[in-house]
Amino acid sequence: MRLIRLILLCLIMPAAALAQSFEEIARALPEGSYDDRADRVSALASSGDPRAEALLTALVGGDLAVLKSDGRLVIVTDGSATDALSGDPAGSVTRRDVTPVRVNNNLRGHVRAALGTLGLVAESPAARTRAAAQVEAAPDPAQLSALEAALSRETDTKARDALEIARASVLLVAPDATPDERAEALALIAERRGAAAQVRIRPLLSDPALKDAARTALADIERAEALRGWGLTLWQGLSLGSVLLLAAIGLSITFGVCGVINMAHGELVMLGAYTTFMVQEVIRTHAPGLFDWSLAIALPLAFLVTAAIGIAVERGIVRRLYGRPLETLLATWGVSLILQQAVRSIFGPNNRQVGNPSWMSGSVEVLGLSLTWNRIWIMLFALAVFGFLMLVLRRTALGLQMRAVTQNRAMAAEMGIRTGRVDALTFGLGAGIAGLAGVALSQIDNVSPNLGQGYIVDSFMVVVFGGAGSLWGTLAGAFTLGIVNKLAEPLAGAMLAKVMILIFIILFIQKRPRGLFPTRGRAVEG
Amino acid sequence: MRLIDRNMTVFLGGLFILTVAIPLMQGNILPGYAIQLAGKYLCYALLAVALDLVWGYAGILSLGHGAFFALGAYVMGMHLMREIGARGVYANPELPDFMVFLNWDSLPWYWLASGSFAATLALILLVPGCLAFVFGWFAFRARVSGVYLSIITQAMTYALMLAFFRNEMGFGGNNGLTDFKDLLGVSLSSPEMRLVLFIASALALAGGLLLARAITASHLGRVLVAIRDAESRTRFLGYRVEHYKLFVWTVSAMMAGVAGALYVPQVGIVNPGEFAPANSIEVVIWVALGGRGTLAGAALGAIVVALARTLLTGWLPDAWLYALGALFILVTLYLPKGIVGALGDLRPARKQSKEVPA
Repeated sequence: MRLIRLILLCLIMPAAALAQSFEEIARALPEGSYDDRADRVSALASSGDPRAEALLTALVGGDLAVLKSDGRLVIVTDGSATDALSGDPAGSVTRRDVTPVRVNNNLRGHVRAALGTLGLVAESPAARTRAAAQVEAAPDPAQLSALEAALSRETDTKARDALEIARASVLLVAPDATPDERAEALALIAERRGAAAQVRIRPLLSDPALKDAARTALADIERAEALRGWGLTLWQGLSLGSVLLLAAIGLSITFGVCGVINMAHGELVMLGAYTTFMVQEVIRTHAPGLFDWSLAIALPLAFLVTAAIGIAVERGIVRRLYGRPLETLLATWGVSLILQQAVRSIFGPNNRQVGNPSWMSGSVEVLGLSLTWNRIWIMLFALAVFGFLMLVLRRTALGLQMRAVTQNRAMAAEMGIRTGRVDALTFGLGAGIAGLAGVALSQIDNVSPNLGQGYIVDSFMVVVFGGAGSLWGTLAGAFTLGIVNKLAEPLAGAMLAKVMILIFIILFIQKRPRGLFPTRGRAVEG
Repeated sequence: MRLIDRNMTVFLGGLFILTVAIPLMQGNILPGYAIQLAGKYLCYALLAVALDLVWGYAGILSLGHGAFFALGAYVMGMHLMREIGARGVYANPELPDFMVFLNWDSLPWYWLASGSFAATLALILLVPGCLAFVFGWFAFRARVSGVYLSIITQAMTYALMLAFFRNEMGFGGNNGLTDFKDLLGVSLSSPEMRLVLFIASALALAGGLLLARAITASHLGRVLVAIRDAESRTRFLGYRVEHYKLFVWTVSAMMAGVAGALYVPQVGIVNPGEFAPANSIEVVIWVALGGRGTLAGAALGAIVVALARTLLTGWLPDAWLYALGALFILVTLYLPKGIVGALGDLRPARKQSKEVPA
């Protein structure tokens, strides 16, 4: 029994001691020299007591006073007093009933700094990190001791990082810090904060002791920033390139093998996106749990839908127009108008909502660049489609036949290849790839009847630039145009960049009329 | 070869009758806006003739002729904007409203000439002509042909569309140029001005047809047809293929510019949408429907399609794109020589021997 009482006592004791000491310190606030009182303010702030904030705010605002009647410490607001320690109301008071606790500017500054460090002793690491960030934003030398105290007991890595930076920021403005300490602080801030530290470091250029260190730090930061900017541009360019690759690659094989420009390609992409929409609608109403699988379900469906339409178009229209590429272009344009209007009639002219599955939302930090998952997946997907097509062309019988027809249609027919069937299958394959592209694009673009129109000119440019019928050409063309576009955008604005690229391609065609990677085939003979 | 053959006689005769009849019938048999509408169709017809000149006779399938049309339209629109003067919303005597809105304090240099009507007339020919000359110079010298050429003409008009959408270009951006008041001091909404514009459009169409016919019936025209049918062979015979193409391409662009310039005062607005690639492709179907390489047929095709569009969009708005799409498919599949060609086939006695391969 005595043992239990002892243990209980041990548990209670520190809390009691702390509470007592907080109140004692608070009561002593009006007394003594300003230096003593400043120490008491620091002690209050680092006590972690929840009452400290109200007390110190009142002190700095001149609302803290001592009741003449019983010597209690009260906070006076609008003529009514509240006990500063217990929080009980102490009735209404006039100016004659109280003695205000006097503060001078020096103490006021000290209290403000102390208020800034209050959060450093908060319960949650996140709150401590926030408080450290606040200190960092407005560093005050008076906060140094509180920061160091907080740092000595901090265990959370993130909060510790924030505290270290906050301490370094304070050291930079502290008049009594040694040059070594400040140089160390400078290095720390430059390393951890990058571009955000420039504002803090720039004033140090006028400091004779730190001038050189500051200059190198700034130069380093600028170099790192420039690198990061290039990295970001490169990433955006690659991302745009992968979108272009998806949109153009189907077009490229149809043009290469059949010598046919499929103007309805953009609409097939759009149909792929609408297939995704339909799949998601069905999942939403019938099996919400499958939502994360919606794209996996949509991919084969979109491929089948668009490939079927492609084969139908080839059988019904394109077949009758072989050898007349310009007429095929017009007829497929007619198909595109009809598909567009059909989608508009069925789904309405407005954008349809297609959601991102959970694994495609959010972003990941790589080398200081924030990359969104949907862009990463689309890039991987584009490369996967490219690889798949490569395999089809190089490793399957159909691919062999397709290459034979591309190179010499008449000879291929002589060898017993049913060129008509190859044409139909190629057209279907190209259309199916367009459907796959549509599934991917539904994740980053508005799903509307005009979706395809936005890509058609760009994907033609990729095909023309890369060389029709050449997969490698299309790959190179898509990524080159994507990167060049993103490089030119900051220089000239998005619209003008596009205009410049179109002009560039028109000029490029002068030099290489068959694109970067010309293929030999029927398209060349025309 | 006679300058005015049978088709041309019929078409020009019909055009003359309509030009006289429509103003007379307006208000009683036809609705009050018939003249404006007919004037618009005649501008389309001239554009179709321009395209037929290059596609039908030189084998250049341009998917960007709308760009030359729109450039002519913008040149005219700029002049009409300057005519507004201080009557605009911001009452600035010098600057068009949109420039005041953008806080510009003076006219850009390329707007300076648009104050003069004579200079505008010259620019209507020069601006599309120069663009076509430069573009053609590069394209034909590099022997870009077939679908590649079609695609880059499409890219050209697409690039211009994007450029004209930018406010900083100084052409009114997205909204384009509109709110025109008058031309040469006469209000655009007055019946006299409408009649004059209509007759001017009819004359321009007749003139364009005759010019195109004069070109195609000449020795030069025979060379063009040879280029269309066998470009390499013509080159081997010693003809500078690119020079012939460049000449007819530039003439055609100027013709399209004139059509655009006449179009603007009759519709009262020009905006970057005129450069849309879809518009240019539609012109191709006019020519294909009427009959490629028949000039008068192209003009007829333009009028038929434009009339059908007006009637159908008023009657069944959603059906228009289906109809247009079907037209593209059916004409290419079943009517390769167009209406005029099909009619010609019905007359075995005067069967034309001209073949029109792709």
